[in-house]
Order: sequence, then structure tokens, then C-alpha cells
Amino acid sequence: MKKPFDLTADYQPESFTFKDQKKVDEIIARYPKGKQRSAIMPLLDLAQRQTGEEGAKADIPYGGWIPRAAMDGIAEIVGQPPVRVYEVATFYSMYNLAPVGKYLVQFCTTTPCWLCGSADIVGAAEKHLKIHMGETTKDGLFSLMDVECLGACVNAPMVQINDDYYEDLTPESMVAILDALAKGKDVPVGSQSGRKCSMAIKGPTTLEKAAKKAGVA
Amino acid sequence: MPKLTINGMEIEVEPGTSILQAAEQLGVEVPRFCYHDRLSVPANCRMCLVEVEGGPPKPVASCAMACGDDMVVHTDSEMAQKARKGVMEFQLINHPLDCPICDQGGECDLQDQAVAFGFDRSRYHESKNAVKNKNIGPLIKTVMTRCIQCTRCVRFGDEIAGMTELGLLHRGENVEIDTFVEKSISSELSGNMIDICPVGALTSSPYAFKARAWELTKTETIDVHDAVGSNIRVDSRGGEVMRVLPRLHEDVNEEWINDKTRFAYDGLKRNRLDRPWVRGEDGKLKEASWDDAFAAIAKKYKKKKKDKIAALAGDLVDVESVVALKDFLGTDNLECRIDGAQFDVSERGGYIFNSGIAGIEDADAILLVDTNPRHEGTLVNTRIRKKWLRDRVKIGVIGQAADLTYPYEHLGTSPQDLEKLIKAKGGFADVLKKAKNPMLIIGTGAFQRNDGAAVQYLAREAADKFSMVTKDWNGFNVLHNAASRVGALDVGFYSKDGFDLSKMSFVYLLGADDFNPEQISKKAFVVYQGHHGDVGAHRADVILPGAAYTEKDALYVNTEGRVQQARRAVYPPGEAREDWKILRALSEHAGKALPYDSQLQLRDRIAKEWAHLGKIDTLPSSGWKKFGKKDKLLGDDFKLPVEHFYLTNCIARSSHTMAECTKSFSKADTAISHAEAAE
Repeated sequence: MKKPFDLTADYQPESFTFKDQKKVDEIIARYPKGKQRSAIMPLLDLAQRQTGEEGAKADIPYGGWIPRAAMDGIAEIVGQPPVRVYEVATFYSMYNLAPVGKYLVQFCTTTPCWLCGSADIVGAAEKHLKIHMGETTKDGLFSLMDVECLGACVNAPMVQINDDYYEDLTPESMVAILDALAKGKDVPVGSQSGRKCSMAIKGPTTLEKAAKKAGVA
Repeated sequence: MPKLTINGMEIEVEPGTSILQAAEQLGVEVPRFCYHDRLSVPANCRMCLVEVEGGPPKPVASCAMACGDDMVVHTDSEMAQKARKGVMEFQLINHPLDCPICDQGGECDLQDQAVAFGFDRSRYHESKNAVKNKNIGPLIKTVMTRCIQCTRCVRFGDEIAGMTELGLLHRGENVEIDTFVEKSISSELSGNMIDICPVGALTSSPYAFKARAWELTKTETIDVHDAVGSNIRVDSRGGEVMRVLPRLHEDVNEEWINDKTRFAYDGLKRNRLDRPWVRGEDGKLKEASWDDAFAAIAKKYKKKKKDKIAALAGDLVDVESVVALKDFLGTDNLECRIDGAQFDVSERGGYIFNSGIAGIEDADAILLVDTNPRHEGTLVNTRIRKKWLRDRVKIGVIGQAADLTYPYEHLGTSPQDLEKLIKAKGGFADVLKKAKNPMLIIGTGAFQRNDGAAVQYLAREAADKFSMVTKDWNGFNVLHNAASRVGALDVGFYSKDGFDLSKMSFVYLLGADDFNPEQISKKAFVVYQGHHGDVGAHRADVILPGAAYTEKDALYVNTEGRVQQARRAVYPPGEAREDWKILRALSEHAGKALPYDSQLQLRDRIAKEWAHLGKIDTLPSSGWKKFGKKDKLLGDDFKLPVEHFYLTNCIARSSHTMAECTKSFSKADTAISHAEAAE
């Protein structure tokens, strides 16, 4: 669930400027002349990452999101009416249009993950953080959000926290990850059950020699 | 040229024609919501599904599929029918089905097609989506729950109106049409969104809950709010105009009209003159009978010498009444250019829109001189935008810069800048020189100055210099903004040498409101004939109540010189009468009856002297002769003639809706001009 997009909310900053103008120019230059509107999506991403970096340092930290001012700015950069940028930004669930927690936990709740117990994972996280889906913890660390299939069904159930996937979860490992993140510790990304990538659970079933040689079996 | 079979009929079409268009050429109707022949094709409603033999085993969206050779298409096969039924069921999942309280009822695409393809009950028990209504100005009422997301309004704003303010936001079941920033749609064409909306999501705000489509009498007539002469349909009930809709005329307004045309009709019900008035001894206007009023005029009229009599014709008067007034007064002191414009009218080619509005589509370079076509002839601007959108035509502007909905090169603000352009090498002068069909559009504001005729001469010089006039192309165009002007000039309702209004002792105002009445001497006897109690009527000694454009059969000549016929939709209020009849009756009282007793006789009389006015809806060429006056040019900048788009005539000034528009849009306009100034 995306948060509602409120253009006039008090959390909207008055202005926004890209810190890395070089990067902006580089993105614009990727597209042929006259097709600058194609740069809307990478620019939105750039803006989201920039606020994310600022948010990580804030007193009450927050995660990357895209203020209205940034969208208006992008519209100006690519020479499009603002509503064209709003259209793109509201379409994709990856663009956050309201502040989120420093760690945005996106639970996959689509069928394969659900069959493998994603509901329990969601329950464990909600109980541990004492918030519901779509909410943010008071300390600004975590936001919970359910999303559609993230394409890691082999290692279901899984969550995406900011840019990383955490797979093969159990309620316990979910809580452990949240705890570790809250304390600022590093958590290994990927499978939490020790499996390599998306290999079969009981070790390789084909190409066994090659797997041994590569040291993954 | 692909050849294909549709429902067993063979047809050969232009490459790139879609199946839907080919079917239409054969007269086969394919249902649709999102497809509109003047907008781009998004293919998102899926209503136009058809079966194509040999293709993939699924129905095909016919609006987006180009015709191919040897295609065999079935528009009514079982597969197509089943597919459409499925689509209709989806369309109706979230549609509220509130037809009984919906203004679109009776003329709704969704309603009609639900009769053809809908089930008699719903299979969905889930609750329906509700969408918040949007506030997009005083003209359009929104009930967004009814929206089926066809995006016609978004594309209209984007492509035709050039105002990208609406967008399709969010996705999936949460999708909605919104401006996002709560703001009004500040386009003069916004009313057309009501027409193109296939459901009741966008409906007319002033017309809300006023009438049902099937109880209205439809009269096909002509608009007079600007000189474009848009073809309109006036829907009336009883003696009241309920609404105004556009009518298709490919060469004039296509199928659009501007908001003033559409919404100013409530001005027809206010401030009306519905009985004659005569100013008594005490200086106060008193109600009078027609006979008394005529007698009062005849008494004064007979005493006056011809050279002390003058007449002014206003912006909304028809050709017949102008001719009747000219015949009756028999004076030379006539003037229809009450806006103070000074230009040479000896040659018709010098004051009309020679290339025609549709001719804009053939132009390959356009020079706008002192005109904001958005305000002076909105549909002309729409054509220019259409041309720009299709071919990126190069456009230059001399005069005040304004947001014209397309980019242009600003070449200056004064006549001297036009002079410079004529002499210039390179730049826009080069564009004009190289163009095959260059075009110049000059607004009447350029003539509303003391050197008007010299500006006209200069414009002619520019047309010559850039070879805008060839054997089969005439790119010299004057854009008028008064519906009566070209007709009145055609019949010679102007003064060759000018006259001093303040020295006249008998002044006849035929619907003349848009001038300063203080120019008339205090002692002069003033007759006002017209339909609204506006500027002219306040100064009058006798008021004769006339008919507005919806209340009479009349001829109007638009800025192209196209003669069009307005038809009576309702009767004039009270004792008001058609204007030529009033003049005919008055002439009898004054002792010299005009020699025509019916409108047909009057039209015969007109056609005899001015043959081109006898031919309805044609565009005769006016030739290319010398006009204008070589003279010294003044140094001041050009000024635009239309200051308040929504208040240009007495009908619009009496309209509440137009007042609302001025209130909500003028702010936006000033904001834009401030922003431009800052740049």
C-alpha cells in the first residue's frame, strides 16, 4: 500500500535542489534530444536517494522519499508540466511520496510467499515493532509496507529492506534482523537459512561437481 | 494500400488506417469510449474489440490495430460480442449506475452501450470504489466516481487545449483523473471536456439538474461571441435557452467551441430590454408602446438634416438589420468599427481572413501581428496549435507576448518591429521567405490606433515581401473579434471619410455598446435598438427592444467572409421584436416605408447588391488589390484589443457564469503574466 500523496501536507519542504548536478546532467544526457521526459524516472530515484542520505543523518531519521518540490523541479528540468511527473511518481510503488522510516520494510504478501508463511512474518514484525502495516515507528527507524511479488519466490518468504532482499525468513529471523538494524549492526543480505543464492535447500541436485569446485555445495 | 474484409465487405484504405476507422468508412459502428477521432489513441477502454481471422486467437482492439492486407475482420461475431460484454461488465464494476440523477443520462455513451452489451444484473457484491470529486473551476462539475478512466479529458487538455493540467494518477483500481494541485482548468476550451466525456464524470456546472436531453428543442445556429462564427446547437425548453453545444463544421470550429460561446447563454436572460422606453420631459426613461416610441423617433428624425444623422452598428448585429438601417437612414455617417479601428475597407481582401481558418493547416510559417488568438478567436488558435502539434510549424509574434499554448518566436512589440522584419535577413524573415505557404494574421488591435491604415499598409507590404499571396494561396488574414464586423463592412456600413460623432444631433445605435457614449453630444437625440440594457441603452432617449442572436433568423459573416445563417431557437422576451422588422415598422412611421415586407425580400435585396452575401457557407476569393495607406507609423507598442476574454460583449457582461470565470481565471492569468515578467 502506498501512502496517500498529499501535496500540501506540512512535511512538504518548500524547496528542493539536487546536490549532485553532475549526476543530473549525466542522466539527462542519456536520452536523445527532445526525449528528455524519459529522464523523469531516474531523476525521481535520484531525488529519493538524496533525501534518504539526508534522512539517515537526521535526529529522528527517515528514509528516502520524494517531496513535491522535487517533482516540480524535475518537471522543470525535463520541460514537462508537473502533472506528468506526478503521474509517473504515483504509478510506481517504489517511489515514496511521503516520509518513511529509515528502514522501509516491504513484505511480499503475494501467493508464493503467503503459502510459505509471509503472514507470520508480517505478524512477527508488527508485534515486535508495535505498529501496523503502513505505519512508521516513533523513533523513525522502521516503516512497514506490503507489496506485490518481488520476484524472489524460490526463497520465500522474503522482505525487501531499502535496497536489499532478506530471504528464507522465519518469524524469529525477521525479529533478529529488525533488532540488528535498530542497533546499527550489519545483517547479511540474502537467504537467512544459510542457503547459497537460490540453490535447492538440500544442496545442489545438478552440476554437483561444478558446485563443489566452486565451493558452494 | 491494404485491402481487407470487414463483416464480409471489402474495403481498401490508406496505410495506417485503424480497423475502427475502416469500419466507420463502411458504416459499421464499433462501440468505443476512449477513442476519439481528434485525439491520440491510447486503447485503454477495450470496448472496440473485434475478431480478426487468422490472427492471435483473441479479440483485438480495433482502434489501435492498423489495417493489414487480406485481414478478415468480424465486428459482430460471437467472440467480439462476448469480449465486449466482458469489457462492459468490468466498466460497470465501479460505476455507480446513478443514471437517474446524472446529467449525462439520455446522452451517455456508457448508458447506450450498456443497453447493448450490459447484463441485467451485476455479479459483483463487493463495495464499489468511490472517488473524491475534484474542484476544477466554475464551469465543469465533476462526479469522479462515474469516471471510467478513458483519459479523453487528459488527452484533450494535452493536445487540443494545450493545457496539461489533468493527469491520470495512481494505478490499478486506485487510478483517478486529477489536477493534483487543486486548480481550475484555465483554458478557454475547457467546456469541450464536458462533450467528450463519454460518461457523466464531467458535466456542465451551470446546466446541472436543469433539464433532460430529450426534452430540449434543438436548433442549429451560429455563434456571435467572436468573429469565428462557430457552428452551434442551441438547446431550448419553452422560451428559455438551456444550453449551447458545438456543431460540426470542419472548416470553422471542427467540433469545439470556446467557453464564452458555451456558457454565456445565461446572459440572455438578464438585463434584457423587453419593451420600448422613451425619455420623458423630466429626463427619465418611461415605458412606452411601440407606437409612442416610433412616433417620438419619427418626430425628431424628420426635422434633422441628413448630415446631422449618424448611426453606429454594434458587435452582435446581423447583416439584415444593418442593411435595413442603412436603407432607412440614407446618411453617409455610418460606422460599424465602433472599437475605433481605422483601416482601409475599400478592398474586401484587406479586411477578411483570406486563407480561411482551415487554411491554417496548409500554412508552413505563421506570423501573428498584435493578436492573441486565444482571446480574439479561440478556435483559430486551436487550429494553429493543431498545425503546430502536427508539423511543428514555425510561428512568430509581433505584439504583446502571451501564453498561446504553443511556442513561438517573439519578434517585437511595435509596428517598427514589423518594418524591421520586412527588411531583415536571416532569422524569422528567412523562415517566412523559404515557406511555401506563409501566413500573416493581424488582429484588429493593430488598427485601433491613429496610424491603423498605415499599419494595414505595412502588413500588406509584409505579405508582398514574403510572397504570401500567390495564385492559389492568400496568406493575408485579419482576425476580427466582433461577429457583425465583416458583414457590416461588406454592405458598406462605414464612413469613408469619417465624421465627428459629437457634432451629430440624431444618433441611431444599433446594438452599439462597446464604445464610449460620451463621444455623443449631450444635446443629441439618441435611439438605441438592441437586446441588453448596457452602455448604449443608458445614453438613449428612445429604446427599442430587439432580439438576441438566438431569437432571430439572421445572416452573419464571420472573419473569413463566410456567410452563415443563425436560426431562431426561442422568441424574444416581452415585446421585443426581430431587428429588421423594427426598422421596417419605424420606416413606415417616418413616412418612407422600406421596400421589403418579408425577410426573404430583404435577403433578395441584399443578394442583388452584394451577390456574395446570397451564398451561404461559401468562401469566394477576394483577390489581391492595393489597400491601406502609406503613412508615418507611430512609435507606440501594439495593444491587444481583448482585455477580459469573458466580458467582451453585452451578453457576456450580463452572464453570471462569465463573471464567475473572470473571477477565478483572471487571477491565474495575472499569475502567469507575473511569472513571465519575472523571466
